[in-house]
Formats: sequence, structure tokens, C-alpha cells
Amino acid sequence: MLTRRQALRRFGAASLGLALADLPPGRGQAAEEIVVGTLLDSTGPINIYGLPMVDATRFAIDDINASGGVLGRKLRVVQFDTQSNNQLYTQYATQLILESKVAVLMGGITSASREAVRPVVDKYGALYFYNEQYEGGVCDKNVFCTGVTPAQQIGNLVPWSVQEYGPKFYTLAADYNYGHISADWVKLYLQKSKGELLAQEFIPLDVVDFGSVIQRIESARPSVVFSLLVGGNHIAFYRQFAAAGLNKKIPVVSPTFGLGNEQIVLKPEEAEGIVVIYPYFQELDNEANRKWVAAWHQRFGAGYPYITDSASTVWNGWHLWAMAADKAGSLEPAKVIAALESGLTFDAPEGRIALDPQSHHVVHTVHMARVNDKKGFTIFKTVENVEPSDTKQVCDLIAKPGQHTQYTPKF
Amino acid sequence: MDQVLVTAVGVLFAISTLVLLALGLAVIFGMMGVVNLAQGEFLMLGAYTVLVSTSHGLPVWAGMALAPFVVGAIGVLFERSIIRFLYGRPLDTMLATWGLSLALVGAVTLVMGPATEGIATPLGSIEIGRYSLSVYRLVVIAITGGTVLAAYLVLGHTRAGLVARATMQAPGLVAASGVDPRHVFMATFGVGAALAGLAGAVMAPLTGVVPSMGLAFIAKIFITVMVGGSTVLLGTAASSGVLGLAESAVSYVSTPIYGQVAMLTLALVLLRLLPDGISGLWRERR
Amino acid sequence: MSRLELGAWALGVLVLVVLPQALSLFQLVQYTVFMIYALLALSLDFIWGIAGILSFGQAALFGIGGYVYGIVAINFGLTPLALLAGALAPAAAAGIIGYVAFYGRVGSMYFAVVTLTVTLILYQVMGSTADPRYAVGAAELGGYNGMTNIPSLSLAGPAGQPVGPAEGFYLAGGLLLLVLASCVALARSSYGRVLQGIRENERRMELLGYDVRWRKLLAFAISAAIAGLAGGLFASWGNFINPEVFSLPQAAIVVIWVLVGGRGSLWGAVLGTVLVQYLASLLGQAGATYTTVLLGVMLIAIVLLFRRGLAPALTEALAHAVRRRPGMAARG
Repeated sequence: MLTRRQALRRFGAASLGLALADLPPGRGQAAEEIVVGTLLDSTGPINIYGLPMVDATRFAIDDINASGGVLGRKLRVVQFDTQSNNQLYTQYATQLILESKVAVLMGGITSASREAVRPVVDKYGALYFYNEQYEGGVCDKNVFCTGVTPAQQIGNLVPWSVQEYGPKFYTLAADYNYGHISADWVKLYLQKSKGELLAQEFIPLDVVDFGSVIQRIESARPSVVFSLLVGGNHIAFYRQFAAAGLNKKIPVVSPTFGLGNEQIVLKPEEAEGIVVIYPYFQELDNEANRKWVAAWHQRFGAGYPYITDSASTVWNGWHLWAMAADKAGSLEPAKVIAALESGLTFDAPEGRIALDPQSHHVVHTVHMARVNDKKGFTIFKTVENVEPSDTKQVCDLIAKPGQHTQYTPKF
Repeated sequence: MDQVLVTAVGVLFAISTLVLLALGLAVIFGMMGVVNLAQGEFLMLGAYTVLVSTSHGLPVWAGMALAPFVVGAIGVLFERSIIRFLYGRPLDTMLATWGLSLALVGAVTLVMGPATEGIATPLGSIEIGRYSLSVYRLVVIAITGGTVLAAYLVLGHTRAGLVARATMQAPGLVAASGVDPRHVFMATFGVGAALAGLAGAVMAPLTGVVPSMGLAFIAKIFITVMVGGSTVLLGTAASSGVLGLAESAVSYVSTPIYGQVAMLTLALVLLRLLPDGISGLWRERR
Repeated sequence: MSRLELGAWALGVLVLVVLPQALSLFQLVQYTVFMIYALLALSLDFIWGIAGILSFGQAALFGIGGYVYGIVAINFGLTPLALLAGALAPAAAAGIIGYVAFYGRVGSMYFAVVTLTVTLILYQVMGSTADPRYAVGAAELGGYNGMTNIPSLSLAGPAGQPVGPAEGFYLAGGLLLLVLASCVALARSSYGRVLQGIRENERRMELLGYDVRWRKLLAFAISAAIAGLAGGLFASWGNFINPEVFSLPQAAIVVIWVLVGGRGSLWGAVLGTVLVQYLASLLGQAGATYTTVLLGVMLIAIVLLFRRGLAPALTEALAHAVRRRPGMAARG
């Protein structure tokens, strides 16, 4: 006679077995397909950045397949959810490279996740694309960083802000690598623009009470607040800043605001007027983007919250690789890398971009915009073809190919 | 002078939020011995209740009043289905509530998506000298005071409170006097969840509401409750006062990083000196 | 040692030796890290399951071991020495914390919170080291990005070849079995039995004349050395270490591993770790957003269905099956 407990246990074991059997094995492909891999966070706190990037990956792969694939073969993407956990990045990267034998690995969102993947990529000689804004400096033969970097964002935002609002800056940065390094770049560009840094503060990623910070800002009376805040918890700053009525008195500029759809979480009256700078905005008014946005909405629904710059960067990354593989006539990393270093250009939704051979970074056209009252941005200024000079001035992978490191600026 | 006043309000606000956040856990962990790692998610559910109700046209205050009931009901649901099998097994409650926390974050992300429009802070701001102060902060301080007072009155001066306290100490006696202890456990857990829901609802107009927002609070409130010790109300209030004061005072003087380190270090010192937490100062160790 | 136990040990050694032949390169690498995590879980089961002291700081000790391994390996290249340093440094740290805690007679629940608090402090501190000036010799601490380009273990001197995946597997697996055997032996020694007595009733042991303080301190230091060893192996395996090891989820998951496996059985810690990590890894491969919901539900189900963890349930089932031999009365 089974007790209830025993019956439950057997049922549980059976269900577990069935559930496991149902999960996709991740191997065994049609003979013609090319297997490619991607590692992104669909769950956990980082998924505010990750989910649009996951969608962009599918979108890009489908588009490449629809135009004939790569080398005449269709792509099959293996996508793992790294659950905002860096250990999983290393594990899954190893799995994708060794077991799924992907032709290229793309992914990583935070710099910490990228740094967890790079050693694996270097160890096994694989090809890796990091498609996300970051602090610059990665100089690695196997790695291509297509995201926007400080020279492109901060390098333009700071001089403009000094001109528009005045020379006294108050920097608020998330307390981690991106924040620290970017804050250093702010100092550098501020010096060049003859501005003055009143203070810089580093805020831990889990702080939600900005009362003391706001009070210090009020004491200091800056011309502008330069925000390098990141993540869901830091949205509290903008909310509390507006609650104290300060958003009407002190302008805020930021190279990070919007990447996590902060303008959707905040109400229009709280965020309106914040100035941001990115290569891509959903509102970009060019032929290629109009078509792209329409296709995106058709695929993912007209009610899609907002197509972020990260999503556009992912799209660019996949297409650049596909172009290079076709040009090289092969999937071998060394040959594709050579093709990638041959001076590729691509007509992206943001405009024409170029992949810089020496630094493995992308030359972007950046746009400045203000948050508007429709949960989006109104673009008001464009700077064309900005080089990733922050990395380029220290990294030449053509002259010195054997590098696998990240440079950090020493001022 | 105006700076002193605004700083004082800021520190009081930080203490109040800590009290409000920790109170629910003080009930569930302090009174019932359930190590509820999902307390942060109950907070999150309270915040989302306000979001959902305002998006359907209800005023913010109505949503905040609604949140404790909604989250309290959800708490009772989990108590009936999971927690009640685990009384007396604190470590197993840890494991189960960890699983519950994962499931709740995942479920909310599936249903609501990772980025939902939030609520702006109501009531605007007032000028104090050269500083502007958000009026809502004063409201939060008031709500906290009211909640603590209500908890004190209910726990100490009503029959329900008496029954609850008695059940925690001597369930057999309570059963013998005609009250089913299991119902008391269920209600108490519900109250603890409701308090968390209220705290989350109050926080909603202050921060970005995302499914993983609970993670920012859980470690802090656990430490606060432990330093508070076994008296639910006074212990938690005192502990929040001391730790909240340390964190915010140091934050105001330097930066939030040192504020957090100061709070953690003070907690360490207090734990070393007071084995039963702050409660040990006025209570015999049982 | 019963015949069942002897059989289990033999099986374990056999599996370890034979398995690499049957596994793909990737599986070798993945199972290696599972075994490294299992070593970490073992460190907790020793201090908790045997000595009855709940420590939330095992992940932190693991992290210290990893960072120390990285610092020594990057600066001096002597990787076996680095591994040793990685094991000893946390033991020293545990010695200090343990001295303050046990000789100060801190209660057990509060010890758990103290270890958690120290872990969180380390998280804040290590996370703020992003600036390049935060370096020990040539090894930059790296803030939240962590320390990268950490050399793998090499048994042939600083300039020699690092261990390959198969050697790494044997090393991790061998150390795991060795430490497991040592812990079992230690638990059965007179020292271990006193520890278990302390777990059951500390006051009684004191009244019997045992000085519980140094015994607890020693147990904590041993568990720290094991955790630190695992940390060093991890840094060697992944060539990186970052402050995530000091975060709350990481500190909690070690406890979860031991709880799932069943605390006190020692080998249960290994079972729990492999199962939970395998499940989490498998679910992530499904690539969908419902992974955390599933994992959460599974954990709840395990708690409700298996009261004392999976290891006791398994041994029960095994013993039950063994008892059902012809000639014996069948038991329902």
C-alpha cells in the first residue's frame, strides 16, 4: 500500500524524467546548417538589457537566413540563458565552443560577463563578438566589440554639455568597472573642454535611496549632472530627483540612460528632457531604419516597448560576421578574422558603420537626443563617423596581433 | 540650518524605510521562525499591485491600501501550500522559500515583462532654504509611524495579538483553550506578507519597479531582524534605528559605499556584543 | 566499514578513472567544475553537517582562495604553490573570525549572520576595486570584472604546459574523493565524534570536560581550507575570479546544495551540488524565460517530498532494495 508520500515521490520522479527528456539536446544538426551560439541573460536583473538583445538575435538570424544564409548554408542559433550569472557564461561558452562547435559566439552584456567568456575564447581559439556598449579597451585578436565606447559617447556629450549648460559638472557613476573608467574619461574630456568637475560619486549597484546624493548635488549647484548610473535600482535616482523638483532646475545628461528602457519605467514628467547619446534610436529618420522598425514591429508586435541601441548593435554584429564569412569563403576563425580586418562597412539601421581593422571596434555615427513625452527620444544633433579612439590609440591588432587583454586608461 | 533639517529628514526617512521593510520579516522570522528568503519578492508583489491598480485608473493611495490585502492573500496561499509543512524546520523553509523567490521573480517577469511603467512620486516638493524636499518622504515617515503604532496596539492590546503571541510560545495551551494554532500560523504569516506588501507599495513611487527589486533589500532586512533579536516590535525598531542611522549618517557625510560598509560593520559589532540581538538588552535570554 | 560502503567507494574511484574515456571534451570541462563546486559544498557539510555550525561564509572563503591563487599565480607563476596558498589563506581568515566568534561564545544563528555579513562586506569592498591601482603586484583586482588571465595549474613548473581538460578532471575528481575520504575518516575519529557531540548538545560536551572552542575553531579552519582549495581550482579552471562569489545568491546556493543532498552525509553534499547545478545548467540551455520558475518549483518540490535531503532517501531506497532478497518476507 503506497503512502501518499511515496506516491508523490514516484510521480515527481516521473515528471522530472519527462521534463528532462523534453528539453532540447542542443546537438545534431541538419547536414547543411551552420551552428552559431549566443549567450544572453533572459532572466535575472540583467534581463532588462538582455531581452531586447535576445529578440534582436532571432531577428538577425532569420534575416540572414532569408537572404540565403552564409556560404549558401542556413544558420542555426543555439541560445543559452545565462541567468545573470557569470559562472554560467564561462560554462556555456565552453559548451558552445567545444560541444556545439559553433562557428562564432556572440553575447555577454555586462563587462564582467565578457571577461568571463574571453579566457575561454582565447583558450580554444574561437571567434567572439561582444555586442554592447562598454568602457572600451579590449584588445584581443579573437574578439570584436561592436558596441559604442566612451570616446564616441562621452567624447561628444561632454563638450556639448559644457557649451550648452555650463562648465560645472557633477558626476554620478555606478560603482563598478564601467562606471569608474567612464568617469575617468569624463574627467579627461572635461579638462579638454575647460570645464570643472565639482565632484564625482560612485554608487553601489543595489542602492535605492538617493537622498544623501541629491542633497549633495543641491549643495554643489552644478551646471549639469552627468549620470553613469546603471541598472534597475538606479532608476530610483531619476524618480527621487524629479520628486524633489530638481529635474526642472538642473539638467541631466547620460550615456547610459535608456539602454534598460528607463524612459518606460519612469513617467514622462520625470524623465522628460534628459539628454542621451547613442548610435541608434528607434526614432531615427532614415530609409533603412523605417523599414527595419516596421519589420521588427511586424515580427514582435506593434506594442513592443522600445527597440534599444543594444538590439541594433546585436543586429550589426551578426551581419558583420555573416559578411566576413562570405568574403572569406570559410568559417575558420583565422580566415574570418582576416576578412573582418579587411575594412568592412555595413548599412545598418543606424546608418553606415565601419569595422576598424586595428582595434576590432566599430566606427559609429552618434546622435544626441532628449527624452520626450512619448516614452521615446527626440533627436536633435548628429555627429558622423566617430572613431573608437579610446581603444584605437592603445590597440593595434594588425601590427601586434598576439594580444588578448583589456587596456584600462591611466591618466 | 536648512541643511541640518533636510539631513535630519533624510536620516529619519532611511530609518523609516528600514523599519517598514523589516517589520514583515520580523513577524515571519522573529515570531514564527520561518527563514523567508522570498520576503523581498513579497515586497516586489506589493509594488506591482500598486502599478497594476494605477494602470487601471485607481489613484495611487487606493493601490497602496489594496497592496497589503493582495499580498497578504498571496502569503496565505503559500502558507497553506508550502510553508505549513515546514514549521519547526527552519532550514527547509530556507530552501523552499529560496525556490519560491526564484519562481516568483520568473513568474512576474513572464507576466509583466522586465520593464513596466512605474508611478511618479506623488505630492511634489517643498523648499527648505536652498534645498528641495520631496513631500512624499514625510508621508512615508508618517505611514511607518502609523504602522508601528498599529502593530504595537494589535500585538499588545488586542485579543488577536494575545492569541498570536501565545501561539508562538505555547501552541498546545492555545489549542487546549479552543483556538486552532494552525489558523493562527496561517493568519500570522499572512500578516507578515501583508506588511511586506505595504512596504513594497510604499517604495513603489520611490524606485524603479522591476521583478528583481527584492534582491536589493533581502540581505539588509535579514541582518536588521537578526540584530533586533527576538522581540518583534521593539527589537526591530531599535535595530532599524541604529543600523539605519549608521548607514544614512555615513552616506550623508561621505558616500553610499561607506554607508553600506558602516552598516554591515556595525551589525557585526552588535552581534558580537549582544548574543540575543538588541532584545538582549531588556530581556532575559530564554 | 560496511560492504555497501566499500562498494560505493570502489565504484566512485572506478567511475572517476573510467569516465573521461566516455565523455566529450565539453562534458569533461563541465563535470570538472561540478566537482569543484561539490568540494565547496563538502566544506559546508563538514562544518555544518558534522559540527553543526551553519556558515554562510563558505562562498567567501572560496572567493578568497580564488583571488589568492590568482595573485600568487600571476605574480610568481608557481601554480601548485598558488593552490596551496589558496587553501591556506582562507584557513587563516577563518582562524581569525573563528577565534572572535567561538572564543567570544557567539550563538550559532548569529554566527551564520556574522559570516553572511562578512561576505557582503567583502562583496562591497572587492567590487570597488575597479581602478587599476588596486593591484597586488602584477595582479589587478579588477573590481566587478574580477581578475582575469589567471594561469591554469601547471605541474611542470612555471613555463610548463598547463593541465589539460582530462588532467584537470582527474585532479579535481581525485582531490574531491581524497577530501571526501578524509572528512569521513575525520568524522569517525575521536575528534569527529566530539564534534558531532557538540552538534547534538554543546553544553553537555562542555560539562563532560571538552573544550568546545578550539575544536570548533579547528573545524571551521579545516572547512575554510577545503573551500579555499576549491576556490583555487576554480580560478585555475576558468582563468578568472570575480566578486560574484561574495554575493548573497552565491552564499545561499552553497547552503541549498547541501540541503538538497541532505546534510551530514558528506557524500550527499556532492550529490546535491551536481544535481542542482546540472538542472540549472540544463534549464538555461532551454533558452527561455521560464527557467527560473521551473528551478524554483523543483526546489520547492524537493523540499516537500524529500524531508532529509536526497542522499538519505537514496540510501534508504538502496537499503530497501537490498533487503528484498528471496527468502525474506517482502516489505511494503
